[in-house]
Amino acid sequence: MTDMSSIYAGRRRRNGIAIGLSWAATAFGLGWLVLILAVLVWNGVSGLSLAVFTEMTPPPGSDGGLLNAIVGSLIMTSLAVVFGTPIGILAGTYMAEYGRHDRLTSVVRFINDILLSAPSIVVGLFVYEVMVVTMGHFSALAGAVALAVIVLPVVVRTTEDMLLLVPDTLREAASALGVPRAVIIRKVCYRAAQTGMITGVLLSIARISGETAPLLFTALNNQFWSTNLNAPMSNLPVVIFQFALSPYADWQKLAWAGALLITLSVLALSIAARALASSRKQI
Amino acid sequence: MVDVALQSGEGLVTDQAESKSRAMRRLRLGDNIFRWLTRLSAIGVLLLLGGVIIALIEGSMMAIRAFGFGFLVEAHWNPVTDQFGAIAPIYGTIMTSLIAMLIAVPVGLMIAFFLTELCPMFLRRPIGIAIELLAGIPSIIYGIWGLFVFAPFLQRTLQPFLITVFGDIPLLSSVFAGPPYGIGMLTAGLILAIMVLPFITSISRDVFDAVPPVLKEAAYGLGCTKWEVFRKVVLPFTRVGVIGGVMLGLGRALGETMAVTFVIGNAHRISASILAPGTTISATIANEFTEAVGDLYTSSLIALGLILFFITFVVLAIARYLLLRMERRIG
Repeated sequence: MTDMSSIYAGRRRRNGIAIGLSWAATAFGLGWLVLILAVLVWNGVSGLSLAVFTEMTPPPGSDGGLLNAIVGSLIMTSLAVVFGTPIGILAGTYMAEYGRHDRLTSVVRFINDILLSAPSIVVGLFVYEVMVVTMGHFSALAGAVALAVIVLPVVVRTTEDMLLLVPDTLREAASALGVPRAVIIRKVCYRAAQTGMITGVLLSIARISGETAPLLFTALNNQFWSTNLNAPMSNLPVVIFQFALSPYADWQKLAWAGALLITLSVLALSIAARALASSRKQI
Repeated sequence: MVDVALQSGEGLVTDQAESKSRAMRRLRLGDNIFRWLTRLSAIGVLLLLGGVIIALIEGSMMAIRAFGFGFLVEAHWNPVTDQFGAIAPIYGTIMTSLIAMLIAVPVGLMIAFFLTELCPMFLRRPIGIAIELLAGIPSIIYGIWGLFVFAPFLQRTLQPFLITVFGDIPLLSSVFAGPPYGIGMLTAGLILAIMVLPFITSISRDVFDAVPPVLKEAAYGLGCTKWEVFRKVVLPFTRVGVIGGVMLGLGRALGETMAVTFVIGNAHRISASILAPGTTISATIANEFTEAVGDLYTSSLIALGLILFFITFVVLAIARYLLLRMERRIG
């Protein structure tokens, strides 16, 4: 009898330890988030000023802002979305609608999932080989294409997932009215999956707005104001990289301010995407 | 009069039939065009991957010709004498990822255990979202935070502690040898651990949630504790999926660039001590590519990229395969 109760006590104890550890693990995970955000806000806010949004990136030792970098990032991000989203939506449409059960779809899905987590620096090398080498110089266009390669798999994945959630009865009802397939997809399925697809695009923007590695040797960087797509263009992530590793206090301060800006926009985008997705669920 | 009326009536009918068939043709044409557009885009995804592989192979051809397979095991990396070898970055990549997985796997699984079995319902969503936000923070943010905050902190606390504690134990003393630089392989590994944690957590949570409640209830009915149910029922049932999630995290850790570049120290050497500076494939490329002078240097860096792509491709393919198997098992 005492044996039994000691075994039982041991089991209880192990259970207690495991539960304690899992609380600790969760606190550990959340702790990093709080810590990183706190440091970021602390250092970033002290670097933020109106000048950050109105002045160009400075040479070392003088005052300046991040205006050209912010604008450059906005330009390249929007171009990447313009390039990547249509192809992504079309490919996702094929996988969920026309080719739901064919071999091509399962191969594409597999490859797409791999592209989804492929190292972004490799994407940078790829675009360098394909665009920078052939054009002979770094350019904002190459940067945008590199980002589009990262946008594409995210959009393919969410489009397919969201279209698969659209009930088949909707398609059948439209079919019974004699509506052709392409019109059903555009007028019925897209409309039903709209919020989900927008969520996917938002997530992909969040994903690329902090991407640095693919821009390092495609868009390079530019210390001056430039909106020429055929020339190197300044962008926030590369500026942060350069300024943070520099020995100048002014530059480091600007790097923190830029880091705060990027993180806030990424968090805002992902929270917006989530809010959109959950508002859909409730309906 | 009647004739005329009839004739015009007939004309109306044929007109209608013609416009109807024209409309049908147009719709069918539109349908075909749209079908082909979507099909081409899907094929485009395949071509993209093919393009990446071809471009990388083409770019690294020069290095492959110059060094052959010796590139993989050569330890020297000397731009001045045009001598390049990949073993130091490969070692650094694997070592930092290993450190990351050693920490992130148990912690990630415990968080998933917490979220699926222990957490009060109203806290589940917010905590889950908070952990996933960790995954959303761009890697350059981890980098700048690691360089200015985390590395100095480790230099003051954890590293001297490790050096003194393990200083007298043979073997371990060389693993934790050296002056505490702050930056180095351990720091990079720890930051990677924080970065892959959310991936492991969210995938394991999803597969744990998919365990049929009947199985768990049966175990509870036998008097199992929560931990026993998790260890003996949930984990064995979801093993394949969990391993898939871990491999996915590993794929991320192997290819992670910016966070590592900031804190690894970029030293092309293999040290026994994990406190020493080292380098990884991605950090080497990020640090040196724009400054690489000479075609052979550039080509060697692209060859490094090819190796990285190959390693991550294999890891990610295994991950996807395992997750697919898990999905079939549940679905």
